[in-house]
Amino acid sequence: MELNLSSEDAAFRDEVRAFIAENYPQEMRVPNPETDLTKEQSLLWHRILHNKGWVAPLWPKEYGGPGWSVTQRFIFEQETSRAGTLPPLAFSVTMVGPVIYTFGNDAQKKKYLPRILSGEDWWCQGYSEPGSGSDLASVRTKAVRDGDHYIVNGHKTWTTLAQHADWIFCLVRTDPSAKPQAGISFLLIDMKSPGVTVRPIITIDGSHEVNDVFLEDVRVPVENLIGEENKGWTYAKFLLGNERTSMAGIGRSTRYLNRLKKIVKAEIPVDDPAHLEFRRDIARIELDVLALEATELRVVAQMARGIDPGPAASLFKIRGTEIFQSITELTHRAIGNYGLALREQPASANRFMPGPDYGHTASEKYLNARKLSIYGGSNEIQRNIIAKAVLGL
Amino acid sequence: MDIQFTEEQEMLRSSVQRLLRDQYDFDARRGIVASDEGWSRTQWSSFAELGLLAAPFSEEAGGLGGGPLSTMIVMHEFGRHLVVEPFVETIVLAGGLLESEGSPAQKSEFIPDIIAGKSIWALAWTEKASRFDPANVATTARREGDDYILVGEKAAAIAAPWADYLIVSARTSGDQHDRDGVSMFIVDRQAANLHLRTFKTIDGRRAGEISLDGVRGHLLGGEGAGVAALEACRDRAIAALCAETVGAIGELNAATLEYSKTRKQFGATLGSFQVLQHRMVDMFIAHQEALSLMQHLTLSLAVNEPGLSRLASGAKSKVGYAARFVADQAVQLHGGMGMTDELNVGHYFKRISSINIQFGDPAYHVLRYAQLDAAA
Repeated sequence: MELNLSSEDAAFRDEVRAFIAENYPQEMRVPNPETDLTKEQSLLWHRILHNKGWVAPLWPKEYGGPGWSVTQRFIFEQETSRAGTLPPLAFSVTMVGPVIYTFGNDAQKKKYLPRILSGEDWWCQGYSEPGSGSDLASVRTKAVRDGDHYIVNGHKTWTTLAQHADWIFCLVRTDPSAKPQAGISFLLIDMKSPGVTVRPIITIDGSHEVNDVFLEDVRVPVENLIGEENKGWTYAKFLLGNERTSMAGIGRSTRYLNRLKKIVKAEIPVDDPAHLEFRRDIARIELDVLALEATELRVVAQMARGIDPGPAASLFKIRGTEIFQSITELTHRAIGNYGLALREQPASANRFMPGPDYGHTASEKYLNARKLSIYGGSNEIQRNIIAKAVLGL
Repeated sequence: MDIQFTEEQEMLRSSVQRLLRDQYDFDARRGIVASDEGWSRTQWSSFAELGLLAAPFSEEAGGLGGGPLSTMIVMHEFGRHLVVEPFVETIVLAGGLLESEGSPAQKSEFIPDIIAGKSIWALAWTEKASRFDPANVATTARREGDDYILVGEKAAAIAAPWADYLIVSARTSGDQHDRDGVSMFIVDRQAANLHLRTFKTIDGRRAGEISLDGVRGHLLGGEGAGVAALEACRDRAIAALCAETVGAIGELNAATLEYSKTRKQFGATLGSFQVLQHRMVDMFIAHQEALSLMQHLTLSLAVNEPGLSRLASGAKSKVGYAARFVADQAVQLHGGMGMTDELNVGHYFKRISSINIQFGDPAYHVLRYAQLDAAA
């Protein structure tokens, strides 16, 4: 399914497609790019896109964005996702970058934005805390002013790839007496500061993706405060709005679904009692993908005409994650007994892994995908958002 | 992909909306369904006057050339108002078959009267044993002069009791399950040796069991080539029924939401309970997805995209499941009131249940969609 493209947009699509085919690093084509790459390897594509001027589609031109239309941005997203490329550093480019150019001062823009674009700085997100769950305003990490510095004490958790990060953007409580949302500030903290400790959290798939970050008497220069003190909640909400765009993941779901079909064909004989159920489940998921893709194209076409999509991102997050979870679950079941095996982490070519190649990441993907309905505002929170914003409940 | 209506399409939509708002509210419909005939010639005449019956036909055939998009617009509004008049049967099914299969003489004989609202048609393709397979035909037709003589029984032909003409599938060669050998015939409803027993359908329409004891029919389309024509006809009907379904889903969601904001239980409105809020969000999402897929099918139909028939099956299943979910939940959230004949909710429920049977239920079509997958 395609958008009705003008000839300029069609030419742009061809250009993007060709650029990916010619430039995506072979080194990054590993069984599971999210866990199998070193820090340096995962930055290769980011840097290639930066040199091309394409690393930050969302950013305005004056800050280093490519100046694309809504349609061009969508085409780029679609092509990169269909090709299965690892996206540029999301916490840097999609999340903190827009906060800095929207609410930061000139010195901050000058200092941070170029290093985000080049990949020189790796950013992680210090929002969640133990016990906070989906209620982000329950921030307990404290920042107390001491001359030209804040003294920060607290504990952040679920911090994605903090082990690679140079910087962390944090929600901190600067006014303990105010209402939960009112006393929060948005602070940028150098991960090399004394008092910052990172401890891995190993998830059920065996991977080290998330971490605890402990902050003990960390001295942070006042100039690292974004915008105004105690206005951090406004910036945080702005950022979360960006986080939920392009969550439909059509390209990824389509790739995994096509692989699932091949696995079912190879693994499950027609006289297996479960064969028909696999056929039907796959058909139903394929139709779910098709309907979601048609919805996404409808929304993109409306946005291109200047119509506000409202909380469409919440719909895409809910359905996109439900669909991908179903695909990973079916894939895991489709490989039968080899679904028992879990690749050891960190992945290494020398470790024995039984069964056919196409099944090697099925277990870890199935297990890892459980996170999707929880993170980025759980799917229950997304339903609350739609209930309030669309249904007026 | 998003359908931005042309000025003409927008006019068509607003005029259908105005007409139905003015003269087809729920009480008016109740009166029509309860009448002896079970449908309204007056309504049908106003549809004709407004050009609705001409909209999808090509200009060569005397229509307005609006194609599948105009059918979508009309059917979506008909779905919102639970219109019982036989637009699908007369315009989409019979009109579509006459236009695609008819000889020039047949087209000029029949289409102008259809457009003018003067004749009603029905399609008799199902039989007791056929379920949803258009190739499963036991009724036979043998040649006699320029005509054919039909013998057999057709089942559950919707709108047949209202019809002036029927299009009947019958076998001119082969065995009961052969794809080849099925032909279509135009039959006068009042023809000799045609017996029709009328029954009421769950969604307030009339259908008929038809006995053909040596009935004269005129061949429509190529002899023995009826199955392909019927399948193409089914794809068009599915698109129309999907549009109708999406219209009905939208109304059910609106009614349920409004009810949830006023109806109180335990001192609070229903809509204040999170479990019901989330249910209604899922109903909203089901509507959005069904709408998107229905539009995608309509656009594919308009340009006769390859793989159209597979997509039609996919949409019939996905939209059907979405509709069943929404209809179930709408009744559930209305509680006992949702069970009453008085409230419109139950009538949408019944219409959706009826659509989900016609031309194959969602389970049939999801497996057909799987079977037609070249990659699996």
